[in-house]
Amino acid sequence: MPNDELLKEITEQEYKYGFVSPIEQEFAPKGLNEDIIRFIWEKKKEPPFMLEWRLKAFRYWKSMQEPHWAKVEYTPIDYQDIYYYAAPKKLKEKPKSLDEVDPEILRTFEKLGIPLREQEILAGVAVDAVLDSVSVATTFKEKLEELGIIFCSINEAIRNHPDLVQKYLGSVVPYTDNFFAALNSAVFSDGSFVYVPKGVRCPMELSTYFRINASETGQFERTLIIADEGSYVSYLEGCTAPIRDENQLHAAVVELIALKDAEIKYSTVQNWYPGDKEGRGGIYNFVTKRGICLGENSKISWTQVETGSAITWKYPSCILKGDNSVGEFYSIAITNNYQQADTGTKMIHLGKNTRSRIVSKGIAASRSNNSYRGLVQISKKAVGARNYSQCDSLLIGDKCGAHTFPYIEVNNSNSIVEHEATTSKISDEILFYCNQRGISKEDAIGLIVNGFSREVLNQLPMEFAVEAQKLLSVSLEGSVG
Amino acid sequence: MELLKINNLKVGIEDKLIIKGLNLTINLGEVHAIMGPNGTGKSTLANVLAGKPGYDVLEGEIIFMGKNLLEMEPEERAREGIFLAFQYPVEIPGVTNANFMKTAVNEIRKYRQLEPLDAFDFLQLMKERAALVGLDASYLQRNVNEGFSGGEKKRNEIFHLAMLEPKLAILDETDSGLDIDALKIVANGVNSLRSPERSFLVITHYQRLLNYLTPDFVHVMYDGRIVLSGTKELALELESKGYDWLRNGNNGSK
Ligand SMILES: Nc1ncnc2c1ncn2[C@@H]1O[C@H](COP(=O)(O)OP(=O)(O)OP(=O)(O)O)[C@@H](O)[C@H]1O
Ligand SMILES: [Mg+2]
Repeated sequence: MPNDELLKEITEQEYKYGFVSPIEQEFAPKGLNEDIIRFIWEKKKEPPFMLEWRLKAFRYWKSMQEPHWAKVEYTPIDYQDIYYYAAPKKLKEKPKSLDEVDPEILRTFEKLGIPLREQEILAGVAVDAVLDSVSVATTFKEKLEELGIIFCSINEAIRNHPDLVQKYLGSVVPYTDNFFAALNSAVFSDGSFVYVPKGVRCPMELSTYFRINASETGQFERTLIIADEGSYVSYLEGCTAPIRDENQLHAAVVELIALKDAEIKYSTVQNWYPGDKEGRGGIYNFVTKRGICLGENSKISWTQVETGSAITWKYPSCILKGDNSVGEFYSIAITNNYQQADTGTKMIHLGKNTRSRIVSKGIAASRSNNSYRGLVQISKKAVGARNYSQCDSLLIGDKCGAHTFPYIEVNNSNSIVEHEATTSKISDEILFYCNQRGISKEDAIGLIVNGFSREVLNQLPMEFAVEAQKLLSVSLEGSVG
Repeated sequence: MELLKINNLKVGIEDKLIIKGLNLTINLGEVHAIMGPNGTGKSTLANVLAGKPGYDVLEGEIIFMGKNLLEMEPEERAREGIFLAFQYPVEIPGVTNANFMKTAVNEIRKYRQLEPLDAFDFLQLMKERAALVGLDASYLQRNVNEGFSGGEKKRNEIFHLAMLEPKLAILDETDSGLDIDALKIVANGVNSLRSPERSFLVITHYQRLLNYLTPDFVHVMYDGRIVLSGTKELALELESKGYDWLRNGNNGSK
């Protein structure tokens, strides 16, 4: 269908419901086909190589099956019933003010210390800003520009730095990598781009706040971070989604490239809407995050605090290609009510004397399921490689589950791989003991969870750590009777 | 002043009657000891006082400082001044003893409308009280009871007691599992915590703890009731005669 016809149809369809507004027209109809991809490409004013790439990804995706090896269960996703380009929720369906929002939700916001305006946005109150297509904060842009650091939305990067994008986009996560990566490559419409030039130490934490706002909008961010030789960057990703009772798909791809002597630190605090107490609604978070230590002595460190989403399927990984390169993965994954998380990492040791460290803390409460899945692969050439993995699980109550699936493949004889795992439980006896010392159940759980998570929380930048700590206790609320 | 009054208390667990009409009054400043054979309901009494879930209070009342104790949540009771040194202290993963005590002390202070202790004052207090009960400072930085020996756990309970300064301290067999030296240290610790403003309910099987503690009253609990009450001489008599003496018809004599 030609674009103008398509647009006409959309506008007319909208008109039936009684609106005309410039924002309302900025979307594609539900479903996925080559026309939709052309529509996105055109909307984003991308160079021709991107259309070609997106279409290749789409054609490949059509040949693939949705993966089902993770320990998660969900009703099948109808990929033709999703909007692939932001469709803002119709204004009349939105609450007019915070007074119309569920007080329980507001209480949670208050506990998190989210400012009022932010609360309105999260609760889906009709505000006139466009939220779905998040663009990167521009406050520090000029200062960064002086240092030659490029920090912009991926769309701007595609338009303004096509050479860098063409060289690195899909170089760590090719569209052939997996089902969700292929889908993302075909339809992504937002995300961040960072380039730090040779020898530059980025003087501030770069951060993006992702949000899913519109209903039934699949979110497909694409993030690409390149640290040139001898550079350093710390990137923070915060994710929050408003509450909706239907499930929403979120399939992001993040690619990190660290050249010789460069270091990238990537921190995530994810609190997408997890669904309600009965397991209705919530985000399906199917994310591919991978970094490559391309040059010698480079380092990539992932830190994640995963408290949200109905389903999390996420394995931030490191390919340790350069000799002496280092990969780290620090993770806290919390599940409550009916949440399911299958998360972990892959450390692929290719270079000599490469080192990796995995610290995973899984916390399961109520009826949730929490799995760690990790692969440590040491190739023949990775002489002197070392890995240390530690996977700890904490259970709250006895209806939840924690599972650990460590896969270890060692293909040479002078590497060292160590794995430790523990499981603890916050039993009724422990809670009573705390009560007897004057500490309430909620505070007791907070105390234990924070102690349990400290090693990972310590990896986060200060302000983020405080927020994350609050999030941990809020997400465990109501986990005991 | 009457601190605790238990009237005709009947408690069951899962359809089984354990405490069968128990009466006990403790005045402020007194030390009471409860002895009695295994399984007669001593720990049950201690747990019911502390508010442990799972027990059915079928009859009777418990008045603590003029308030109905049975209506309070366990943490409220603790903040009101009830302390239980557990017979089997649990291990708490990931929480240091110091951090645990800091949280507990400040929760209790908050309840009593006192400012939280600052880090410096807290540290001072903690060191002083640890020394009082002979707990090495290294145990403060370890997770609560994790990997502690049986005796160390008991000593740690007395450390908690010293930190929280309760009105009523219930010691459930704190002496068992302690070697002679530890017993002396713990007993000395308890003695130094005795005050006209604090009462003790000491559950024990052995005379030796009572040698150090010299209780004001000794009660014998048997089959869910207090069947005999007296002064410290009663404990000596029990030790020489054994519980068979009770079974052979001494029930109920007071
Ligand atoms: N959860 C439970 N379910 C069933 N019975 C229980 C439970 N807890 C305690 N009991 C029973 O209640 C009775 C009293 O137990 P309690 O622990 O109060 O005895 P005790 O006097 O402290 O004994 P000991 O001197 O051995 O410590 C025992 O017969 C015990 O088996
Ligand atoms: Mg007992």
